[in-house]
Amino acid sequence: MRLLQSTPMRRVLGLGPALGIIGFFMVVPIAIIVVFSFMKSNPYGGVNPEFSLEAYKQFLFERNLMDELVFNAAYLRIFGRSFLLALVTTALCLLIGFPTAYYMSRQPARRKNLMVFLVTIPFWTNLLIRAYCWILLLRDTGIINNYLIKWGIIDEPLTLLYTNFAIFLGLVYTHIPFMVLPIYARVEKLDFNLLEAAHDLYASRRQLMRHVILPLAAPGIIAGCLLVFVPCLGDFIIPNLLGGGKHLMIGSLIQLQFGGSRNWPFGSAAALILMSFVLIAMMIYVWGPGRKMKPEGGA
Amino acid sequence: MGTSTTSGPNPAREKQFVIGRFPGFATTSWVFLLYLYIPIFLLIIFSFNASHSATIWHGFSLEWYLKAFANDDVQRAAVNSLIVAFSATVVATVVAVFAALILARGGRFRGRGLSYGILMLPMTMPEIVTAVATLSFFTAIKLDIGLGRVVIAHTVFCIPFAFLPIRARLQGMDTTLEQAAQDLYANEWQTFRYVTLPLLMPGIISGAMLSFIISIDDFIITLMVAPAGSTTLPLYIYGMVRMGVTPEVNALSTVMLAISLVFVSTSYLIGRKKQAVTPKK
Repeated sequence: MRLLQSTPMRRVLGLGPALGIIGFFMVVPIAIIVVFSFMKSNPYGGVNPEFSLEAYKQFLFERNLMDELVFNAAYLRIFGRSFLLALVTTALCLLIGFPTAYYMSRQPARRKNLMVFLVTIPFWTNLLIRAYCWILLLRDTGIINNYLIKWGIIDEPLTLLYTNFAIFLGLVYTHIPFMVLPIYARVEKLDFNLLEAAHDLYASRRQLMRHVILPLAAPGIIAGCLLVFVPCLGDFIIPNLLGGGKHLMIGSLIQLQFGGSRNWPFGSAAALILMSFVLIAMMIYVWGPGRKMKPEGGA
Repeated sequence: MGTSTTSGPNPAREKQFVIGRFPGFATTSWVFLLYLYIPIFLLIIFSFNASHSATIWHGFSLEWYLKAFANDDVQRAAVNSLIVAFSATVVATVVAVFAALILARGGRFRGRGLSYGILMLPMTMPEIVTAVATLSFFTAIKLDIGLGRVVIAHTVFCIPFAFLPIRARLQGMDTTLEQAAQDLYANEWQTFRYVTLPLLMPGIISGAMLSFIISIDDFIITLMVAPAGSTTLPLYIYGMVRMGVTPEVNALSTVMLAISLVFVSTSYLIGRKKQAVTPKK
């Protein structure tokens, strides 16, 4: 007997509203920016409905006074910088996140649940507020500098805010739960007998890690890396607030096109390029090495 | 916890070689948790600071909370945030319940994987992409309904957050009670209304609460789609943070942190009741 018989009619009625809302207000909008990206920009905002490849050309070339296309690496540099930033953040998150996830999984059940909860909470708090916490700490007249001066450890405030150090501190801070949780989900299911067997066969600690734990944790590590890398790539709040917005990131580049500098086609094209990176990352996840071990449906 | 092999007088706490324990992992974990929480605790402490300086401690005071609550702009932003979060949560949760019922209980059918993919789309898309796409769409169809634009945008990204706990609950649910109800001649509607729905309730509440905080906290999408006059709390805080660090921002941020904390904890506790409600066979 099947509860709630699944008839085609019911499927349509049940899934319809949810899929309709997302389809109409998310899939259609994405289709619209695809169209926008092939149009000419209107300096007063929006687009002029004429076909043009200008937006995509603009990534690599600019027009000089004679209206000729000249190579311009400025936007490539923005993409490169965002990539580098996301890559370093991912590496740092893995470096801290893996030991933490593994250590958590080896704790007694009660403490394990508490630690998972503690790692999850920041995810549910406002991103701005988390960035603001660091501003409070790192500013020239912030908590760290004020107290270091008060206690006579330094005379001049250290420049902490608006540095690369602050950007990484903030990026790791806001993204690391996405690294810890998927890895934890994997290593938590790790069969302890395997470790014992390896140990009985004279595996050293290093060999245990390399040949038993890491291969089994790999799908979690891959998932974690993607979940950190992808949002990092489009992040602009942290680089703006903690980095002082000295360097443009993909995210801020997109945002600016729809705000002050108003080139919607170019902004749309940039958003689509960012989106295609995400799709590639997702394909790596779905069809990549972790496929067979991934539970059906995911998440 | 180091890895010293000295056999101390207390054999219970003796640290000999333990399989699967690695040096430095424990330290990393605890340092990591400190790194996660120290900034938040400092923010909370300094929101009670009795001085105009936001970063030197002078004594306890509720002054900044009173100031923040009395501020007309803050009140307006808070009302906007609540309207948006409430509407988006209600719609997202209702449609998520039906979608979850079909996807978790409906067996296999064509388009199941695709439906799941579309439901998860708002979660996987970078927020800035969703934000500019939604803005372009609203502009293209000339949809000018003030706060309604924010409500629509929020409903979209709340759906997966409402959906996941509901589906998880359905998947972990024991169907024997429902079968018993049907054996006792309950029709399908009665079974759903009096057995399935009450059992599903913790998942629904949990999903609704997660949607609510995701909406209350959203910044990037709101920044792009909100027309002038539809400021929400995060937008207001952003405006103030850009002007500098003030104790009022500390107080306001602490209030928002507290809201998130209460909601996540409740959602977590309700989710944990699962074992008590449906005993495993």
